[in-house]
Amino acid sequence: MANIRTISFDGVIVGGGGAGMRAALQLAQSGYKTAVISKVFPTRSHTVSAQGGITCAIASSDPQDQWQWHMYDTVKGSDYIGDQEAIEYMCQVGPEAVYELDHMGMPFSRTEEGRIYQRPFGGQSKNFGEGGQAARTCAAADRTGHALLHTLYQGNLKNNTVFFNEWYATDLVKNDDGEVVGVIAICIETGEVVYVKSKATVFATGGAGRIYASTTNAHINTGDGVGMALRAGFPVQDIEMWQFHPTGIAGAGVLVTEGCRGEGGYLVNKDGERFMERYAPNAKDLAGRDVVARSMTLEILEGRGCGPNGDHVYLKLDHLGEEVLESRLPGICELSRTFAHADPVKEPVPVVPTCHYMMGGIPTNVNGQALTVDADGNDTVIPGLYACGEVACVSVHGANRLGGNSLLDLVVFGRASGLFIEKSLREGIEMKDASEANIEVAMERLNKINNTTGGESVSALRTELQTIMQNHFGVFRRGDFMQEGIKKLAELRVRIENAHLEDKSNAYNTARIEALELHNLFEVAEATAIAAEARNESRGAHAREDFTERDDDNWLCHSVYFPSEKRVGKRAVNFTPKTREAFAPKIRTY
Amino acid sequence: MLKVSLYRYNPETDQEPYMQEVELDTAGKDLMVLDVLELLKGSDPSLAYRRSCREGVCGSDGMNINGKNGLACITPISEALKNGKGGNKLVLRPLPGLPVIRDLVIDMSLFYKQYEKIKPFLLNDTPAPAIERLQSPEEREKLDGLYECILCACCSTACPSFWWNPDRFIGPSGLLQAYRFLADSRDTATEERLSDLDDPFSVFRCHGIQNCVNVCPKGLNPTKAIGHIRNMLLSRAT
Repeated sequence: MANIRTISFDGVIVGGGGAGMRAALQLAQSGYKTAVISKVFPTRSHTVSAQGGITCAIASSDPQDQWQWHMYDTVKGSDYIGDQEAIEYMCQVGPEAVYELDHMGMPFSRTEEGRIYQRPFGGQSKNFGEGGQAARTCAAADRTGHALLHTLYQGNLKNNTVFFNEWYATDLVKNDDGEVVGVIAICIETGEVVYVKSKATVFATGGAGRIYASTTNAHINTGDGVGMALRAGFPVQDIEMWQFHPTGIAGAGVLVTEGCRGEGGYLVNKDGERFMERYAPNAKDLAGRDVVARSMTLEILEGRGCGPNGDHVYLKLDHLGEEVLESRLPGICELSRTFAHADPVKEPVPVVPTCHYMMGGIPTNVNGQALTVDADGNDTVIPGLYACGEVACVSVHGANRLGGNSLLDLVVFGRASGLFIEKSLREGIEMKDASEANIEVAMERLNKINNTTGGESVSALRTELQTIMQNHFGVFRRGDFMQEGIKKLAELRVRIENAHLEDKSNAYNTARIEALELHNLFEVAEATAIAAEARNESRGAHAREDFTERDDDNWLCHSVYFPSEKRVGKRAVNFTPKTREAFAPKIRTY
Repeated sequence: MLKVSLYRYNPETDQEPYMQEVELDTAGKDLMVLDVLELLKGSDPSLAYRRSCREGVCGSDGMNINGKNGLACITPISEALKNGKGGNKLVLRPLPGLPVIRDLVIDMSLFYKQYEKIKPFLLNDTPAPAIERLQSPEEREKLDGLYECILCACCSTACPSFWWNPDRFIGPSGLLQAYRFLADSRDTATEERLSDLDDPFSVFRCHGIQNCVNVCPKGLNPTKAIGHIRNMLLSRAT
């Protein structure tokens, strides 16, 4: 029986990272009863690891800078499957959202004029690609995510947001009409399970980089929102699009920011050659991340990798001098010394492309409303469900995200979701009820895992999943390899669904949480695999050895993965920005 | 083989905490302490600890490692063994001074409450401009060494004054943050902040022992920040 406690809110936000806390702040400021459910204390969320900055045309570094230039770069970076209406909104509203962060106290680095410091990042240009490299990424040294996340937490404290810290949402609750009416959540400290009922449920659960063996992502990035959405029968979009960041520290996976190259660092192979000059003669080391990651992988595959096994390349920074390194990139110096045993002041840092960001996710409109596609191919809003940040696919990143655009995405669309929900609440959203049976359905998975008596170990199964994804769905992909991977995953599904939870205790039982997270990782992995196999072209981060060209005739569109039939459909990309003409697809070179 | 001594306590099954002795094959690698825990958890999923970023920026995995508070994810075994206590054994205990929930997980409520008490958000009673509030690089530099705090609680739980008065002494972490806002040129609530701190306990229980400085995994100096607050309070009184 589902005789569990019910707690009711106007808005409940699942996830206490940048997107969730920005959405929560908006709602809390307007006086609505708002709760954030976060599986970790909010400042432990993965936003904290963002380093280089938040890209936004605030015209500090270059007084002539325009948000339209930023929009152009983002559209091009997306390899033309970013939705232009959404990109336009993000780039246009961005400055306001960044100034708000400053007004909240975010400790940005400064220029001599007292304005926010901006650094060059990959894929940035002036004058629609014609004016050379731009410097548009607003930075707080190389700890921008930390500064941003703490500032947002502080802003929420000021506005009395209710936090359910170290609570874990397990599944969505849907009523008989298919509307989302809240989530089931478990208090990690006590094991208590409650139904959190809400007029608006916002997923801000972040990414799922832990589906890969080598990742810059935190342990907690297990795709909980995607998992919950897929289990509830809702589709995900462009989920095959995974960004491999060029500079993860070899072996450790820890990120070193693109800002290193923005400040003048560059990559070399074992011959000491600055190889990006060959692959991207203009932008060189500041080409799009997909381009740089592929170039590095080719260097390694062709035998020009560094180290005894030739399995990485070097990021050279020592020529920048100790002063620049210690003032602009202090965190990188620290990480490199700790994890690479290399002091960037004196020696290069061994780096390798590492899984970093999920461009795909739950499709939404610019208001954060989650979407599905009906039988006739029309977008339909999923009542009660919203998504923002990395879990959402609005889509501003398309097939390849530009550096510095993730922090902007999460602030702008966290805010936009909050604004829209606030307006809807003011106009009056009815609190919908869930029946006992609806709650029972949502609790099935938790009940099942609590009653396991046998099965395999969660950590061994997780390693197996990560190995399959790493080997079959990495930087370069090939049809037959992927089909093999999909078969392996199908076999793994049964074993993961029957994984054993040996420890049934209630107090701070992290074994239970990890078992539930593994289900979510699997859902993301399977969707990724099936969508990747279906997209028969190379675009952005999705590079096929068997379909090496971009195919605009067939694939200038979003992929949409429907979980119930495990089917991949297509959805049109938006080419109708509100204030200007759309940028037409061009050959993408840097 | 690495010998590990682990603090274990499950409130549902254990009458009292105990030290569990285990061995782990590290294949000769100088792993981080967090990696050791992950490997141990692989064979015993009931082991509880917090972790997230695994790179020393989220502050989840503060614990007492061979007698010294630190972050498991950025402390290599070799460094832990150098701490001296434990010989060739890795000894892992929860951060001291706060209640234990389970194994290496402590109840941080009091620590967070002290943080909230100092109003850890910018207060400015002038209307916000259409752009950012201007701040010179020199003014911004005053926040360096303060804003980087990751709220891991290594410092406050190493502080005898905090052990003694965790409800009334703000503690090194909270005070570092208090000074972070006092030092911010964009903040106008200096007077209000100082009067909130002006009592015998909030600040003045610091006796300059500097345990906080010794253990801070980010290399920050709470004692120095407390000194600044102390001076501000004293000059305000005269």
